[in-house]
Amino acid sequence: MVKHSLLKIVTAAAIAVGASFSALAADPIKIGSVLSVTGPAAFLGDPELKTLQLYIEKINKEGGVLGRQLQLVHYDDGSDAAKANGFAKRLIDDDKVDIIVGGTVTGSTMSMIPLVEKAELPFISLAGAVVIVEPVKKWVFKTPHTDRMAAEKVFDDMKKRNLTKIALFSETSGFGASGKKETEAMATKMGITLVANETYGPKDTDMTPQLTKIKNTAGVQAVFVFGLGQGPSVVNKNYKQLGITLPLYHAHGVASEEFIKLSGPAAEGVRLPAAALLVADKLAAGDPQKPVATGYRKAYSERFKEDVSTFGGHAYDGLMIAVDAFKRAGSTDKAKVRDAIEATKGYIGTGGKVNMSATDHMGLDQSAFRMLEIKNGDWTLVN
Amino acid sequence: MLPQFLQFLFSGITVGATYALAALGFTLIYNASNVINFAQGEFIMLGGMLVFYFMQAGLPLPVAVALAIAIPAVVGMLLEKLAIEPARDAEVVTLIIITIGASLVIRGLIQIWLGKGAHSYPGFSGSDPIHIGGATLLPQSLWVLGVTALVVVALWYFFSRTLAGKAILATSCNRLAAELVGINTQWVLLVSFALSAALGAIGGVLLTPITLTSYDVGIMLGLKGFVAAVVGGLGSGLGAVLGGLLVGVIEAMAAGYISSAYKDAVPFILILFILFFMPRGILGAQVTERV
Repeated sequence: MVKHSLLKIVTAAAIAVGASFSALAADPIKIGSVLSVTGPAAFLGDPELKTLQLYIEKINKEGGVLGRQLQLVHYDDGSDAAKANGFAKRLIDDDKVDIIVGGTVTGSTMSMIPLVEKAELPFISLAGAVVIVEPVKKWVFKTPHTDRMAAEKVFDDMKKRNLTKIALFSETSGFGASGKKETEAMATKMGITLVANETYGPKDTDMTPQLTKIKNTAGVQAVFVFGLGQGPSVVNKNYKQLGITLPLYHAHGVASEEFIKLSGPAAEGVRLPAAALLVADKLAAGDPQKPVATGYRKAYSERFKEDVSTFGGHAYDGLMIAVDAFKRAGSTDKAKVRDAIEATKGYIGTGGKVNMSATDHMGLDQSAFRMLEIKNGDWTLVN
Repeated sequence: MLPQFLQFLFSGITVGATYALAALGFTLIYNASNVINFAQGEFIMLGGMLVFYFMQAGLPLPVAVALAIAIPAVVGMLLEKLAIEPARDAEVVTLIIITIGASLVIRGLIQIWLGKGAHSYPGFSGSDPIHIGGATLLPQSLWVLGVTALVVVALWYFFSRTLAGKAILATSCNRLAAELVGINTQWVLLVSFALSAALGAIGGVLLTPITLTSYDVGIMLGLKGFVAAVVGGLGSGLGAVLGGLLVGVIEAMAAGYISSAYKDAVPFILILFILFFMPRGILGAQVTERV
């Protein structure tokens, strides 16, 4: 009996101590995230997670936001959209997060959107396709450039070089399929004729059959490849093997140092639109993006001993926009934070200058893209 | 027209040769134990990834290649010793599931150790394409084809001319009888796993300069190798080679003449047809069940 009551006292004391502790330190701001850290999209999700961890740690060391620490609640969807939906539910119902920054690919993002809309929770997606913010959804924002912008930028450059009859070679992944659709629409708009239209699978190891077909199509002046990951590197190699000398363009999905490394000499002369981050050290001294891009690049590569990619940059932008919104809203009230994100103006990130509005939940324009060409195994800015 | 056909053919034969090596691996283990080793694809992945890793560490190519073939062979033996042997009295289906588990473990470990990115290294004899009849062929493709041919000849010699090879064949025909005449069937199983792992690794080592590698390339290559083994007739060495080349060429032709969207589906449709009309595969043994 004595023993029993003693136990009760100890338990009560423990509870009291615990309660006073949590009362002392304000509750952390919970940043939820569902990323594709494993699976086919791992090369996107991995740098995104590392970036979030790196900067949340950094912000906490500097005193946090609104006097509160940030806490990252993170799940890995394994590049599976169905899992992303389940994890989003968990973030909303169990973890009760204040915002979600994540959704590595368009598929995962789209599967999470109905949930965040219903829960009325601000959501900043890190995925590419235009459907995420078009039509505008009240609670959904995104940081990366869209496939439509990439197509427009590429066609702009082609027109400057008087290339109007081109072959489109797109990946059958979600990214490539959406890119294909947007490219086809943009071609009609900009007076570019697609004389050949081929596809390849994201895990394909040999694209010579399709490229042979393109090579033998009459009138092709340039080739535009829309894909991400290792496929485009294989395309480069096959392109060179077949001795095709037409100008070769890629989309923004391959913008990483790895792309040059994997393609080797076959990457020479390839052009693609990409964020300024990739050429941070080559930007003009007065470029507003220079400090942000070089700062992020330095912090990331010092900590993880690997090259930056624009994908990690999207996570950086997402987190910074969220933090900025918390500060301006002065609280974590969901509706106020949402309004603050929508009112983001003139934020300079790794992806470009962000000006959000009620009709634009991405806030980037064409100036966010730079046209790059690979020369001597390194990026160079075109004009 | 002809150059185009030739190009598809070259592309198909190159990829097909790797499927053939994978299929030979399936065949070896199937013969020795009736187990379909679904970790076969991971050995292909290990071959390429290890060469990349050792070359990064500064080792010369021949040393890197030797290590990248030897280490998977040891992994194969460990797999047999630690996972298959303790469960040797279990049903074949159980053993097959064990190999699937093993493949997940290997893939996971490599993902943690060497990362999730894609890797490559230069071809053994440069990357200047060779022009034949208007089509082009990479020197590395010749390496793939040449080494595959060598391996096939070596295996044929091993199984028909050496005592060790005959012991393996005897075990595959009748395990009990083999034990009764003094063959160490445990040893046979171990050697089969080592051999098939090494075969897979060779495929990976040769193919990587053409196709790149990453921790998860084993899944698709392993599946295609399995299709090749079944198409050729499970258990037949020559069938495995024929099956591999057939799957590779049909895939390339499908991508070239029909649509690249159906490329991956074609081999799996092929397997259905072959199994429907030739349930034992093209060169499968005619087995009569004794009642």
